[in-house]
Amino acid sequence: MRAATVVNRRNGYLLAAALLLAAPLVFYPLLLTKVYCFALFACAFNLLIGFAGLVSFGHAAFFGGAGYVGGYALATLGWPVELALAAGTLTGAAMGYVVGLLAIRRKGVYFSMVTLALAQMCYFFYLQAPFTGGEDGLQGIPRGRLLGLVDLSDDLVLYYAVLAIVAAGYALIVRTIHSPFGQVLKAIRENEARAVSLGYDVARYKLLAFVLSTALTGLAGATKALALGFATLTDAHWAMSGMVILMTLIGGMGTFVGPVVGAFVILLLESKLDEIGDFLAELTGIDWFHAFGTSVTMVLGLVFMVCVLAFRRGLVGEWIRWRARPRGKAAGAAAAGGAAGAGNG
Amino acid sequence: MADATTDATTDATVGDHILQARGLTKVFKGFTAVAGVDLAVRRGHIHALIGPNGAGKTTCFNLLTKFLEPTAGTILFNGRDITGTGPAAIARQGIIRSFQISAVFPHLSVLENVRIGLQRKLGTSFHFWKSERSLTPLDARAMDLLDQVGLAGFAREAAVALPYGRKRALEIAATLAMEPELMLLDEPTAGMGHEDVDRVAALIKQVSAGRTILMVEHNMSMVARISDRITVLQRGSVLAEGGYDEVSRNPQVIEAYMGSAGQPEAGAQP
Amino acid sequence: MMEIFGVPLPVLWAQLLLGLVNGSFYAMMSLGLAIIFGLLNVINLSHGALYMLGAFFTWMGLNYLGLNYWAMLVLAPLAVALVGVVVERTMLRHLYRLDHMYGLLFMIGLSHFLEGLMRSFYGVSGKSYSAPAALSGATDLGFMIMPNYRGWVVAASLAMCLLTWFVIERTRLGAYLRAGTENPKLVEAFGINVPRMVTLTYGFGVALAGLAGVLAAPVVQVTPMMGANLIVVVFAVVVIGGLNSILGAIVAGLVLGVVESLAGVYYPEASATVVFVIMAIVLMLRPAGLFGREA
Repeated sequence: MRAATVVNRRNGYLLAAALLLAAPLVFYPLLLTKVYCFALFACAFNLLIGFAGLVSFGHAAFFGGAGYVGGYALATLGWPVELALAAGTLTGAAMGYVVGLLAIRRKGVYFSMVTLALAQMCYFFYLQAPFTGGEDGLQGIPRGRLLGLVDLSDDLVLYYAVLAIVAAGYALIVRTIHSPFGQVLKAIRENEARAVSLGYDVARYKLLAFVLSTALTGLAGATKALALGFATLTDAHWAMSGMVILMTLIGGMGTFVGPVVGAFVILLLESKLDEIGDFLAELTGIDWFHAFGTSVTMVLGLVFMVCVLAFRRGLVGEWIRWRARPRGKAAGAAAAGGAAGAGNG
Repeated sequence: MADATTDATTDATVGDHILQARGLTKVFKGFTAVAGVDLAVRRGHIHALIGPNGAGKTTCFNLLTKFLEPTAGTILFNGRDITGTGPAAIARQGIIRSFQISAVFPHLSVLENVRIGLQRKLGTSFHFWKSERSLTPLDARAMDLLDQVGLAGFAREAAVALPYGRKRALEIAATLAMEPELMLLDEPTAGMGHEDVDRVAALIKQVSAGRTILMVEHNMSMVARISDRITVLQRGSVLAEGGYDEVSRNPQVIEAYMGSAGQPEAGAQP
Repeated sequence: MMEIFGVPLPVLWAQLLLGLVNGSFYAMMSLGLAIIFGLLNVINLSHGALYMLGAFFTWMGLNYLGLNYWAMLVLAPLAVALVGVVVERTMLRHLYRLDHMYGLLFMIGLSHFLEGLMRSFYGVSGKSYSAPAALSGATDLGFMIMPNYRGWVVAASLAMCLLTWFVIERTRLGAYLRAGTENPKLVEAFGINVPRMVTLTYGFGVALAGLAGVLAAPVVQVTPMMGANLIVVVFAVVVIGGLNSILGAIVAGLVLGVVESLAGVYYPEASATVVFVIMAIVLMLRPAGLFGREA
């Protein structure tokens, strides 16, 4: 049974790879590129919330901040792409280290509030700081060449480059969970007091998880700035923090693919919302539905509420549960690679 | 881990004290739970800490395991002051505690539960880039420990699936993985039926070889059977100390448990 | 004319008053948050949206129903309380047994929903609302000219805050509430209907937000986003004062409103950030907040 599961998983990866490589034939490459950036953001966030059990409400600060740094490096300093992305990643890591030091000492809801409050500080800093372009943000960020060789000005080339970057980030996350460090994290999440009594300095492990999460968030933010060509305050607003939480929740907290699915679903919903609104308006004759397109937040808010009340496992989480149910223990244990986050169902 | 400067074969009969508490006190917002407790645990002993409900045993235990900070007093381990040291640090020095409830990692397998303790030795606990397969060399030792507590057959099961008695055994196996010099057990037989109590008592006696054990306990027959020395607490202070025979005949102890003079039955659970 | 650090005194007084006005809003909002957090252990992230609803109800009351300010002063908070009670009863209640994170997430969703809803009806531009005739104009206090409405805001808010503080700290009802935050099961054993107490507490907490909204309507633009802009500072205030401290919420709110305002006089660029800087310092030195106790 286990060999079959391993083969299944390998086939799954091959299938996914094939789909991702061929996807530009069906969808606009730039739309997919945007999805991938947010997918990495969501995966990095999920590392923290789903696997380390830490609820950060301020991840947008890292996402936006890295976007500014990366964008500034590309646009104003003329740095090569890989250095700009590295700068963004390091920004995320450094900020995460500082915030982590302050926040991790607190437990539960206090931790979340501290991250939110510190993120707000960052937001106001971005608003005032000269290099961010204030309310307008950074526009027209050039794409340049990756590693001096690959010209990213073509949308399709950019697609594959971003796919590679995001896939690498994803792979790192998977490896992190299935590493000695990941084991300790799991133990801490399951029974923190016991982990302490076995000699683990829990705070340091949480801090590393936090920094890893913010570093990858930084990579996502810088990549997004590169790919879409702009970095604005929206990326650092607390609504963005809420957005990434929603993506992770609807996709499936504590799963691997969940955040990717969630990013896809939410962004797709966002881009198709006005069409859906118009359709509903035609269907029901109620004019108000036409406003759907402009009130993305309202629909997302509703989705958020519904998910929290009735759909906490998320799409992938529910799918895993459905697959595990009739076949007994072995398939269930193998499929649930990384138990879902705290307090589910 | 045993401290390098302490010879692991120190003779228990020499009577040196592996753990000492002097004037240990804990005050909670006007309520004194532990008042100036002096405790000396001899190396190699099984030392029991008993007392009626509300005597302050659990608080004392939490103070000794550093899950609570003392209001006053000092704690010495192998002659070293650990009063200010944190719980994770004393674990690294060789003091490992157990918990009264839920002391396993529920969704880790039984094997992983034990392996998590062994893992620290490798020093790769922060290496997020390494595969978890780098931990498989530890599996043999983990299985060995599981074997000692009779859980080898459950290695791949999720810990949450084990019956209560076996969870306790798992906890002991995981504690052993740390190679503790001093084991602190918090009511190891709590909530157990007769056979389980006997099994755990035998297990504790077995693992006490070459180690010291301090346990908080309610079960008198078990304490009578395996402990070398008993400290009786009442209302936050030490009431009596000595071997079982000596302590069980002490009229103050009898009164504390029974409320009147008269022998408590061996096996009575106050 | 006397000057302090180059700023004329009347200007300073005016800024001080402005600071007190802002501080009053901060105080009332923080107070509502602290009350709700104390009993429900949920940080009501939708507080800003409910404040906005209070302002909108006030505007709607006048423009749709012809009800004046004084009527809305009572009705708007009640309407907001009703919304709160319905939400708590039908949805929030189911989340208490779960990890606190879900309560927070639900609140984020609720605030997005309410803001988006209002935006879909009314767009982004602000609606104006005039102060009632009795409170318009200004009074010459000698050392400064005080706009009457602003004086009213400060007085009304302070009165409400003190009344709330009194009820919670000094009455039996308040004692039940405080006991309920520490040990709900025990309070239930005394025959108190704890779920109902929770619902009413939530209703009251959001009613405070709604009241702040009514008071704000003549002062700020009534827009769907007005709550979102306010709530972030309120969170910082709450963190500084202590998440579950009634007194901390009131004091921190007022003081920080004034500090922010005065900072705006001397260092305009910094005024937005000064609250957060203080918050960072408090977090490092006294993480539970100035008046709070960490659970």
